[in-house]
Amino acid sequence: MSDALVDAEAPAAPPPPPSITIDGRRIEVKPGELLIAAAERGGTYIPRFCYHPRMEPVGMCRMCLVQVDGPRGPALVVSCMQPVADGMVVSTEAPNVKKAQEGVLEFLLVNHPLDCPVCDKGGECPLQDQTISNGPGESRFVEEKRHYEKPIAISELVQLDRERCILCDRCTRFAKDVAGDPLIHFTNRGGNTQVETFPNHPFASYFSGNTVQICPVGALTASPYRFKARPWDLEEVESTCTSCSVGCRVTVQSSRNQLLRYQGVDSDPVNWGWLCDKGRFDFEAVNSDSRLGSPRLRRGGELVEVGWSEALDAAGALIARAIEQGGPTSVAVIGGARGTNEDAYAWAKLAKGVIGTDHVDAQLGDGLPVGVLTGLPQATIDEACQATTVVLLAPDLKEELPVLYLRLRDAAEHRRVRIVELSSMASGLTPYTWATLRHRPGEQSALVRAILGNGDKNVVGASGEQLDAVRAQLDAGPVVVVVGRTSLAESPDFAVDATSALRDALPNATFLPVLRRGNVRGALLAGLTPGLLPGFTARVEPSAALTAAWSTVPDDDGLDTTAILEAAAAGRIRCLILLGADPASDHPNRELARRALAGAGSVIAIDTFLTASSQHADVVLAAAGYGEKSGTTTNLEGRVSAVSAKVSPIGTARSDWAIAADLAERLGADLGFDELVDVQTELRAVVAALAHVTDEALVSAPDGVLAGGPATSRTLQGKHVEPPLANAYAYRLTVSRTLYDAGLGVARSHSLAGLARGSALHLHPTDAERLGVASGTEVKVVVVADDPDRVRTAVMTLVADADVARGVAWAPFNQPGDTVGDLLDGSVVVDVRVETL
Amino acid sequence: MAVSTGPKILTSRFELSDGHTIDRYLATGGYRALAKALAMAPDAVTAQVKASEMQGRGGAGFPTGTKWGFLPPGVFPRYVVVNGDESEPGTYKDRLLMERDPHQLIEGIVICAYAVGAAQAFLYVRGEMALAQERLAQALNDAYAKGYVGHDIMGSGFSVDITLTWGAGAYIVGEETALIESLEGNRGMPRLKPPYFPASKGLYLQPTIVNNVETVSNLPWIINEGGDAFASLGVPTSTGMRLFAVSGHVNRPGVYEVPQGLTTFRDLFEAPEYGGGIRGGRKVKAFIPGGVSAMWFFEEHLDMPLDKPTVDKAGSMLGSGAIVVMDDTTDMVKAAWRVVRFFARESCGKCTPCREGTTWLERILDRIIAGDGRPDDLELLLDVSDNISPGLAWPPRQTTICPLGPSAVSPIVSALKRFRPEFEAYLAKAAQHRESAHV
Amino acid sequence: MPRLSDANLTLAKEIIGRFPRPKSALIPLLHLAQEQDGYVTTDAMEHLAELVGVTAAEVYGTASFYEMFHFEPSGRFHINVCTNISCQLVGAWELLEHAEKRLGITAGGTTTDGLITLEDVECIAACTEAPCLQVNYRYRYQVTPADFDALVDDLVAGRLDREIPPFGTLAKVRQHVPVERWAGIGTEAQAQVDAR
Ligand SMILES: Cc1cc2nc3c(=O)[nH]c(=O)nc-3n(C[C@H](O)[C@H](O)[C@H](O)COP(=O)(O)O)c2cc1C
Ligand code: SF4
Ligand code: FES
Repeated sequence: MSDALVDAEAPAAPPPPPSITIDGRRIEVKPGELLIAAAERGGTYIPRFCYHPRMEPVGMCRMCLVQVDGPRGPALVVSCMQPVADGMVVSTEAPNVKKAQEGVLEFLLVNHPLDCPVCDKGGECPLQDQTISNGPGESRFVEEKRHYEKPIAISELVQLDRERCILCDRCTRFAKDVAGDPLIHFTNRGGNTQVETFPNHPFASYFSGNTVQICPVGALTASPYRFKARPWDLEEVESTCTSCSVGCRVTVQSSRNQLLRYQGVDSDPVNWGWLCDKGRFDFEAVNSDSRLGSPRLRRGGELVEVGWSEALDAAGALIARAIEQGGPTSVAVIGGARGTNEDAYAWAKLAKGVIGTDHVDAQLGDGLPVGVLTGLPQATIDEACQATTVVLLAPDLKEELPVLYLRLRDAAEHRRVRIVELSSMASGLTPYTWATLRHRPGEQSALVRAILGNGDKNVVGASGEQLDAVRAQLDAGPVVVVVGRTSLAESPDFAVDATSALRDALPNATFLPVLRRGNVRGALLAGLTPGLLPGFTARVEPSAALTAAWSTVPDDDGLDTTAILEAAAAGRIRCLILLGADPASDHPNRELARRALAGAGSVIAIDTFLTASSQHADVVLAAAGYGEKSGTTTNLEGRVSAVSAKVSPIGTARSDWAIAADLAERLGADLGFDELVDVQTELRAVVAALAHVTDEALVSAPDGVLAGGPATSRTLQGKHVEPPLANAYAYRLTVSRTLYDAGLGVARSHSLAGLARGSALHLHPTDAERLGVASGTEVKVVVVADDPDRVRTAVMTLVADADVARGVAWAPFNQPGDTVGDLLDGSVVVDVRVETL
Repeated sequence: MAVSTGPKILTSRFELSDGHTIDRYLATGGYRALAKALAMAPDAVTAQVKASEMQGRGGAGFPTGTKWGFLPPGVFPRYVVVNGDESEPGTYKDRLLMERDPHQLIEGIVICAYAVGAAQAFLYVRGEMALAQERLAQALNDAYAKGYVGHDIMGSGFSVDITLTWGAGAYIVGEETALIESLEGNRGMPRLKPPYFPASKGLYLQPTIVNNVETVSNLPWIINEGGDAFASLGVPTSTGMRLFAVSGHVNRPGVYEVPQGLTTFRDLFEAPEYGGGIRGGRKVKAFIPGGVSAMWFFEEHLDMPLDKPTVDKAGSMLGSGAIVVMDDTTDMVKAAWRVVRFFARESCGKCTPCREGTTWLERILDRIIAGDGRPDDLELLLDVSDNISPGLAWPPRQTTICPLGPSAVSPIVSALKRFRPEFEAYLAKAAQHRESAHV
Repeated sequence: MPRLSDANLTLAKEIIGRFPRPKSALIPLLHLAQEQDGYVTTDAMEHLAELVGVTAAEVYGTASFYEMFHFEPSGRFHINVCTNISCQLVGAWELLEHAEKRLGITAGGTTTDGLITLEDVECIAACTEAPCLQVNYRYRYQVTPADFDALVDDLVAGRLDREIPPFGTLAKVRQHVPVERWAGIGTEAQAQVDAR
């Protein structure tokens, strides 16, 4: 047979992948990829300063010059701008390449102060490294160097030393293109070019710390880290940030057993290397002087320091007595969303499998029913960012889940994903949306129904044309709905109803629930939710694996947090356990939380600090904090990744799971957990969705492994609620969180604490004007209600704010000096009147 | 000595005190070409420009018709941007065209916009040129009022706006991609190439034609008289009439419209109707043939014709038609220093070699002139230059984005190659001084 | 410090309307601000930032790139002496030296009465008329020391006030296009592209 015949019969061979030759070595490349990236994958690191793989190249520093053979002979090209082409021949070692690179390096050094010995970056500085390996020996530059005032604070968190700056455009590009906060900018020209902020407009970006991390020299330094350590003294471990549920990958760095710095790790499915400033700098809270280093026991009205065995005995006794006097259901556990999956599982087992109570809830009445996880087809962040349309039924993601905001912003700006925002007020993403439809608080599901064509088009503010355009867009391709709790002053029923309506109308839509606490998804999956056993299995249908591991399961479905608090307030809870939860600050009905803490027979808190809630406890068990314990965490997509201990816990503080094991022992039971691995083994055996999340899987996929699950379930049931008619003289309240608040991570981190904006009532400027009240004035805010019990009042500072729609009042929740929490009572919506003082 | 002459294509109204008014313009044949062009198909207009073989007058000398042909078919909107930023030292002609015959330019812009199918045109005038801005504003207001610009031009159904805008002092904005950045309200920093021409991605990343004021001012004549008529002027490799500004040590510095290729540098310097000889009957020591970015020429180049390929081959360029004559009294170190200082101050700061290198070169020369030169300085000058423009060749190779950085190398290489002893004399004096200070 | 006056705000909006995207109007608007106050104030930059929809840092980033903008008060008249090559060859430095002596300041400085700022500038495109200078961007050609003295005398005496407006004002004639003559195709077409 001739060769030709063979060829003809064989299926057409796929064309060979494109390849290039670098320094005589052939490497395969991806079409269109940049030469600098292709070379790096192929093992050739081309020096660079301005290029950053997550930003558009600018080709400014000229360090990455290499020689490419072209039709008109070899030429020097910047490899960060040059897309590869099949057959390209590249030299990174030719003498003229070396000369050009050395020349650029020399140019960069002529005005660089070379103050490496006192520079934070010294030891991890690309400029220093390049200089040592390739730089000119002795300086030929004999003139005076450029001088600028030494570091200037460009924000509360970041300082800029312009003498060290090499003008690579990384920070400025990041600020504009990635964060959308172009508050730092090049100014002046040529040799006088510098980076500056505008007078009185500091670089107050939630993402400013990233500029410090990507600065290739020591020009930008972070105030919380300046002069704290030299890079060679740092030890580090890779981990996952649990400040919110995005779950950014980080390296946790420490020196002498103290946390000093977090750096973002480029996790492709999640954070792309970025972190928000809260996540980056709240290590200060772990190091805080006010951390609880040992247990406390209430004696004579005072919380006094005691040893562990005494504290555990006391706690065990309180639980035992409650069970004895009121049965298992007189014990309730709130919290667990701030710990690891293992912590949560151990506590679920203690509560449900040992004590026998189902009054267990990791959410604090500020989330959504667990049905958004179990009853909707789920989406990942990547899927949202690749959808045709993203529908936002979510709180302000820039405030609550900052890096998810970055990802969606990128999707809208660079991938042309169309974002449709349905909300009561402007959010950080509003400028990047394709359509924004505003609704009054409580009218979210009415708006969704109007869009879907099965509701009254007149109830909402949007025009019929807008509604039709959005409807058409929903049919234009894949849709991902981002769903979360938009306002603490509204019933979650609206969101559930809106979401289930969308699911019913859009058979192919998927959903990304955005519950915000660090490991809330993991805690719920591990069983810290009423009515369900670990793995979201029904209480009445325990799996064989569970039955093998647990001695009992609760007899009845339990209560959620709000109902637990109501029961406690009514004296029906004899022992209330707060597992890293602070309902007195965090629950939307703060007054109820206070009554519950007072009404509970006893309170046991497992916490890192004495909080508004834990200070009322009878026993406080000191918990290990972030960076002090290992385990796994689950982000909002259901992605499980490792969290790693870097330092030993403060004092004698212990992991939550270990505390659970010890308490079980006090109750005469054995959880079977001596080591973390024991918990992990059982967790993976009991929760089928986690069976594949083995240590090996986490090592080979450090970005995390998606938990399996009922990904296609469509069982979420909406409940139609009719909001009461709005009173023309009242403002309908919307209350949501901002990045910086009075929460522990911020309030106990001294660099962040001052950044919280403070409690205030925001009204549209026209509304404020109509009241005749100037921005900044204190006013009396009164709840409008027929039931006199519901009429609550608070004094708040009024702020005129164009982001708020007319007729709506917005207040940030849990700010220092918060009073809005006093107005919320769990009603469907809250209307308020504003009175001058 | 008889010099070749040609018709006054560009300067026909320069002598008229009211040549800038619409009345005078109309009375002298103005807007006839526009009417004629609007009666033609756009492609036919482009064909005339192609036939003219006109090379752009902004500096690069790229054939205008060919450039228009680079517009990607079917991509709209497209824009026309007219480059009136004239800032290359020695260059002086666009300002005259804008001040003395603004309607000729406006007519050219509308013809260009019609030919390329532009949605809007922008006339970017150098910030420092107040009179040009006034004359153009008045001319545009009149042309709009009379229906030569804007909605439904001359009843043809074709509409295009011209927005007059202006800079604020930055030489680099003359570079076309920097000009576009500036026109977008940004810092005037050149964009990365490729794309090599804004024709594919320009203003707002839409297809954009950038042409020089002089280039566009030729269009009415080309349409009136035909592309072939234009091509028959000058020589085939450099067609048409062209404005050259002759400055420096000549008796009659001035801006002269001459046929390209048929005129030599010597003609321009010596003919009584042009430069009228070197001042004081002295000799030419060196001259810059096409703006300070160009390599310098010397006596042996005097008889070279003003023809693009000839000048290119000789290792320099006609650039922006700016010829600076230096007689034998000139201090070449100071001449080179002044040009280097210019580039150092005008670097946009984007590329490291240009930002740091040009400043460094300036400071070395500062030092040499101040009497503080060091023995290694000349090698240092050349090596720093080489790191900005590897090989010190012509046309320059560059480690930078745009040619500004490498342009700073031209005066150093030119002066040092030819007049090294003058530099050495400075160094020797410095050495002497240091020695006596020691004793 | 002042934002744009109402009259200038109207003008600013008209200028913005002549560009497909608002930020394109930034340089003309900065000139307008400088014309109003004699220099570009921080308040004006904040106002312009609002008008074109960018941050104040971006406005300053653009403004500070260009030499003609000043961010602090300076002389009522800016005398800019060109010292570039064509002028250097025929006595620009000597002229500048004379100017410095006559005014009692060095280049870059302002006379104590705030009347005149002297600057040593790059080529101003009058190379065949060297040595040359500009007063508030109005040319003076082939300037001798005597010419310079006469110019200063005239400026001090106010004899040139009609010809030469105070620093900041460029063209005394502005582009104005009646609505019915404006085609507006660029803005419309660009808006369609930008709307994705
Ligand atoms: C540094 C630099 C400065 C320039 N300055 C000008 C200028 O002032 N005026 C101009 O018309 N072209 C200038 N150019 C050339 C322009 O980039 C562009 O080639 C020209 O405007 C195109 O018009 P043309 O094809 O009609 O010549 C400059 C180029 C460079 C690299
Ligand atoms: S070569 Fe100079 S002027 Fe040109 S882009 Fe680079 S830094 Fe700017
Ligand atoms: S890394 Fe390529 S130019 Fe900076």
